[in-house]
Amino acid sequence: MKSMRLERMAKLAFKNLSQYKLRAGLTMLGIIFGVCSVVAMLSVGEGANREIQEKIQRMGSRNILIQSVKIPKDENSTQTKRNFIASYGLTYDDAEGLSRHVPNLVASTPIKRLRLDVQFKARRLQTDVLATAPWFLRVQNYRMVRGRFLSSADMEFGTPVCVIGTRLARILFAGYDPIGRTLNIDRDAYTVVGIVGDIAQSEMPMGSELWLEGENQNVYIPLRTYLQKRGDLFTQWAEGGGTFEKIELHELILTIDEQENVVRAVDAVRRVLRKNHKGEDYSIVVPLELIRQARETRRLFNIVLGSIAAISLIVGGIGIMNIMLATVSERTREIGIRRALGARRRDIVLQFLMETLILSLSGGVIGLVFGALIPMAITVATEVKTVLTIPAFVVAFAVSVTVSVVFGIYPARRAALMDPIEALRHE
Amino acid sequence: MSVPIVELRNAAKEYVSGSLRVMALHGVDLRIDPGEYAVVMGASGSGKSTLLNLLGCLDHLTEGDYLLGGESISNQSDNELSEIRSKRVGFIFQSYNLIPQLNVLENIEVPLFYQGMPSSEARIKAEALAERMGLSDRLRHKPMELSGGQQQRVAIARSLACDPILILADEPTGNLDTKTGAEILELIDELHGEGKTIVMVTHDDDIAHRAQRVVCFRDGQIISNEWNGASKA
Repeated sequence: MKSMRLERMAKLAFKNLSQYKLRAGLTMLGIIFGVCSVVAMLSVGEGANREIQEKIQRMGSRNILIQSVKIPKDENSTQTKRNFIASYGLTYDDAEGLSRHVPNLVASTPIKRLRLDVQFKARRLQTDVLATAPWFLRVQNYRMVRGRFLSSADMEFGTPVCVIGTRLARILFAGYDPIGRTLNIDRDAYTVVGIVGDIAQSEMPMGSELWLEGENQNVYIPLRTYLQKRGDLFTQWAEGGGTFEKIELHELILTIDEQENVVRAVDAVRRVLRKNHKGEDYSIVVPLELIRQARETRRLFNIVLGSIAAISLIVGGIGIMNIMLATVSERTREIGIRRALGARRRDIVLQFLMETLILSLSGGVIGLVFGALIPMAITVATEVKTVLTIPAFVVAFAVSVTVSVVFGIYPARRAALMDPIEALRHE
Repeated sequence: MSVPIVELRNAAKEYVSGSLRVMALHGVDLRIDPGEYAVVMGASGSGKSTLLNLLGCLDHLTEGDYLLGGESISNQSDNELSEIRSKRVGFIFQSYNLIPQLNVLENIEVPLFYQGMPSSEARIKAEALAERMGLSDRLRHKPMELSGGQQQRVAIARSLACDPILILADEPTGNLDTKTGAEILELIDELHGEGKTIVMVTHDDDIAHRAQRVVCFRDGQIISNEWNGASKA
């Protein structure tokens, strides 16, 4: 009985709305824009968030990254000490000291990162060559695609082997199976023993590898091998003259046993490095802290987003209220007639609320459709990553419908509380 | 003796607007029996519209008592009054008061809708009433597409839809030309002939002569209450 009444109310509401199509459409616009903008903003935000999270995650939340940094010298000193050997950054002693003094340390991964020419047959390109230890793979959460990674035997004997990233395998070895081939790295010959990808890549949607560029274009070689062949000194040609630089380690990755011990370990790292270094020729990156910062940024972003969403939804709600008030006053006489013919106040409230509800539901659905299409268009046009999430849909839809129904209550009540005699007299 | 349809006892209605108090009705005693056709006359502001609103349960008395079909409605809630309007009273207005976006059948069904009658049943009833009013070929027309006389026929059909015990007509021919007005009055005579109880407000003496009984108002009071032809025993 009750549901039948509601169904007939809904039919009546549809009939009334179809009398004023333009008005109904304009009223819905507010809701459409509200829902659409909320969904679109949420998905762009979520996309950015995921991207950052993934990048950080790949660095490892239990890792501490220490990088060598060249201290900028002023103009004069560069002029006078042109051919001086610049020595800076992390040393083997640092690595030594850190492994002794940092608590809860489970792995210390040294890395020399060099920008070198690599050549296979006639193909040649410049890329990052990382001279490192076998456990680098595990520490960085990378995944072998084929073959093997560097082994402890390679480390011990300094064998001339290398592991290449999937992208390099594709570009440099196109048409060949890289495994077992010889790759020339800055004129030294290395045998390719494996191809490495990384975890994130397998989860990437198609065509999104652009932002990963360089990451799996690397070449990995045993640190020992490189030291035996080249040593720590290398030449760099820059601005009118050559400089010699001596850097023992470009990066050092310290892996801690548990996340909760990371902060304490970072303190120890700072203490040790401060004691051994005169200047700040190193930087410490803590992915865990970055995650925290990212979360904080995300929270801030959510507050901003929430405010914008709230404003746009309230504007939509006010739009509905405005139109419904106009509708009510325009249909005063109809209300009077209905009351005289036996409509209870409740019936009148229900009639106008039903109209509001239908407007906001339809507006909400249209808004969701556009809200889903816009992020897709953004992704296609700008390659900015966007992620549509169900909660975004649900929240935007539920909030907009609730807001408009709440804003619809006032006009509906106003209609219901009219004196039927006055309403009948209304011209 | 049967229960009267309308019984007003020392009825008074006072309107307060700001500091102004207007006695629209006072000391009104009125009794209308089943099957009576009564005309209410009086100058504008004499209280006849107020009387019609009260009889139609659109308003409460300030003082006194009103019994509709033997049931006191002086202390009824708004919801109860609505229900009484939907089931016991039929309204015919001077300006027809049809709902513009509804067609003829839907307009006739409005009181049945608020009674909660199933729509299939209401549709059958509305069709029968429309046919009786000679509107069979106009069932899907909107009020704007009908002549004044046709609109008033729809309104009469609507007033009959709930099988009311009392039909209230407020100058039903006021907006119509003489010929059409006469047709409408004949329809009302017909309803009276079937035993319906009718109270009609009018200015027109000629119309008043058609009724059994004429009640005249002045300044919120009944000044005369006469039966045409045979006087009431």
